[in-house]
Amino acid sequence: MPFKIIASQCTSCSACELECPNVAISEKGGTFVIDPKKCTECIGYFDEPQCVAVCPVDNTCVLDNSLPRYQARA
Amino acid sequence: MGSAADISEIRQAIAEHKGCGTSGGRGKASCGSQAGRGDLPTAIWEKVKNHPCYSEEAHHHYARMHVAVAPACNIQCNYCNRKYDCANESRPGVVSEKLTPEQAAKKMLAVASTIPQMTVLGIAGPGDPLANPEKTFKTFELVAKAAPDIKLCLSTNGLVLPDHVDTIAGLNIGHVTITINMIDPQIGAKIYPWIFFSHKRYTGLEAAKILGDRQLQGLEMLTERGILCKINSVMIPGINDQHLVEVNKAVKLRGAFLHNIMPLISAPQHGTVFGLKGQRGPTAQELKALQDACEGKMNMMRHCRQCRADAVGLLGEDRSAEFTTEKIMAMNVKYDLKTRKAYQAKVEEERVAKVAAKQDQLADLAGEMSDINLLVAVATKGSGLINEHFGHAKEFQVYELSKSGAKFVGHRRADRYCQGGYGEEGSLTMIIHAINDCHAVFVAKIGGCPKSDLIKAGIEPVDQYAHEFIEKSAIAWFKSYLEKVQSGEIPHVERGGEGIRQGALVSAA
Repeated sequence: MPFKIIASQCTSCSACELECPNVAISEKGGTFVIDPKKCTECIGYFDEPQCVAVCPVDNTCVLDNSLPRYQARA
Repeated sequence: MGSAADISEIRQAIAEHKGCGTSGGRGKASCGSQAGRGDLPTAIWEKVKNHPCYSEEAHHHYARMHVAVAPACNIQCNYCNRKYDCANESRPGVVSEKLTPEQAAKKMLAVASTIPQMTVLGIAGPGDPLANPEKTFKTFELVAKAAPDIKLCLSTNGLVLPDHVDTIAGLNIGHVTITINMIDPQIGAKIYPWIFFSHKRYTGLEAAKILGDRQLQGLEMLTERGILCKINSVMIPGINDQHLVEVNKAVKLRGAFLHNIMPLISAPQHGTVFGLKGQRGPTAQELKALQDACEGKMNMMRHCRQCRADAVGLLGEDRSAEFTTEKIMAMNVKYDLKTRKAYQAKVEEERVAKVAAKQDQLADLAGEMSDINLLVAVATKGSGLINEHFGHAKEFQVYELSKSGAKFVGHRRADRYCQGGYGEEGSLTMIIHAINDCHAVFVAKIGGCPKSDLIKAGIEPVDQYAHEFIEKSAIAWFKSYLEKVQSGEIPHVERGGEGIRQGALVSAA
């Protein structure tokens, strides 16, 4: 379930929204947010989380440690 | 890709066919630049004659607008920081608000009816337009439907360009700019920390290699389809300054129409990697030397103002603040093609008169033997006229004068010297610094105080040609200058260098 966007660092460029395979990212109040219910950490889609790979600001798309890691269903 | 030999032959043929020819020599600054059309074939002239970025001559008369519909980017450049935005900041990658394609189309109509000489709609970010293909192409579709006479223009880093060339051609996008800063991955790795390509982040040499290959491939594909390509290159002293001569050769070979070498903008407060590292930009003289070195091989653009991704108006002015989303949504606009055409016909008359006036004056220079060649600065607010007050000039256009005539070679920033009617000494010093390599400055009007300071600095203030054509006046002044030198009335002295760092305008109009 786990990536989140640190709002204070988000440039609102929307690059992550375009890349997310789960359509989990949307704009809210000027910056972008990840719906933790939809995020799969890109497991099953890509080798690396797309939001992290495309984000222009380092350490802005990060794992949300308050939530358990995503478990791919068998 | 075919064999190297085949491709190179084809490229050469394309280069000869599509480019403006290589034989222009010294007098040719950019396509159609000096005498208007120059040696351009009709089809190409039709494409560039009212595009302010593709024709130096057109930029005195026609305006463009950028719509910021493309915020996402797929590469990281060390000269770019997307986080920073200020309404008074004018440089690429900066916008005040993002637009939807529908808002962009409405904005275009609002601008077109307010500024009838607006002929070009471009999408230049603030990210990479092709990293936002849906929004970008939807915008072009809507604009083409609402205003078929507007030229469509696109600017890209080229990474995914090969995937979109057919769509670009299909939508009748006639002008594409690719930013190419290197063809050597070793150099690229110092400019691009990473790219995002095929769902993966690449770094270092690998990233630069993919980017460079894709850029050149995209360029070839565009020129094969007859789309005019301009190449933008950021000149970064110590990193790619020498190398840009090689880039120039490579893009020329692939049929690029125009090469725009721009100075790095790297103020620390912009927060870019280069800015924070203290990487300096080139001086105006270094920039000119590089442009001169590439000229003759290809048409060089020297009138770029490095505008914002939401700029509106003539190059060098920015009227974007008049067209905020709030304002345009409240505007009731009607696209009046007839009025626009009538206005543009008037502009064309002015242009013809300007070229004719210059030709007359040029005839006077014929037979001139002097090898003297010097720079002059001009205060203008457009239409190719000396029509700006010294104190109101935000920039000065610089012309090189020689026996072959007057040639536009660049512009210098001079963020307003005159604020509220009186000059500030600090900014006058800055202006003198900025045009210190010029022998004279042509103005519509100038106060007594700055006049005497300019004379003291060895720059002749010239106001006798107020509201006359720039080139014609400059040639007339030059002729009398040469006569005075010849008769021994005045000595010809070389001017010292300017000291100002080049950069985009900071203050909005």
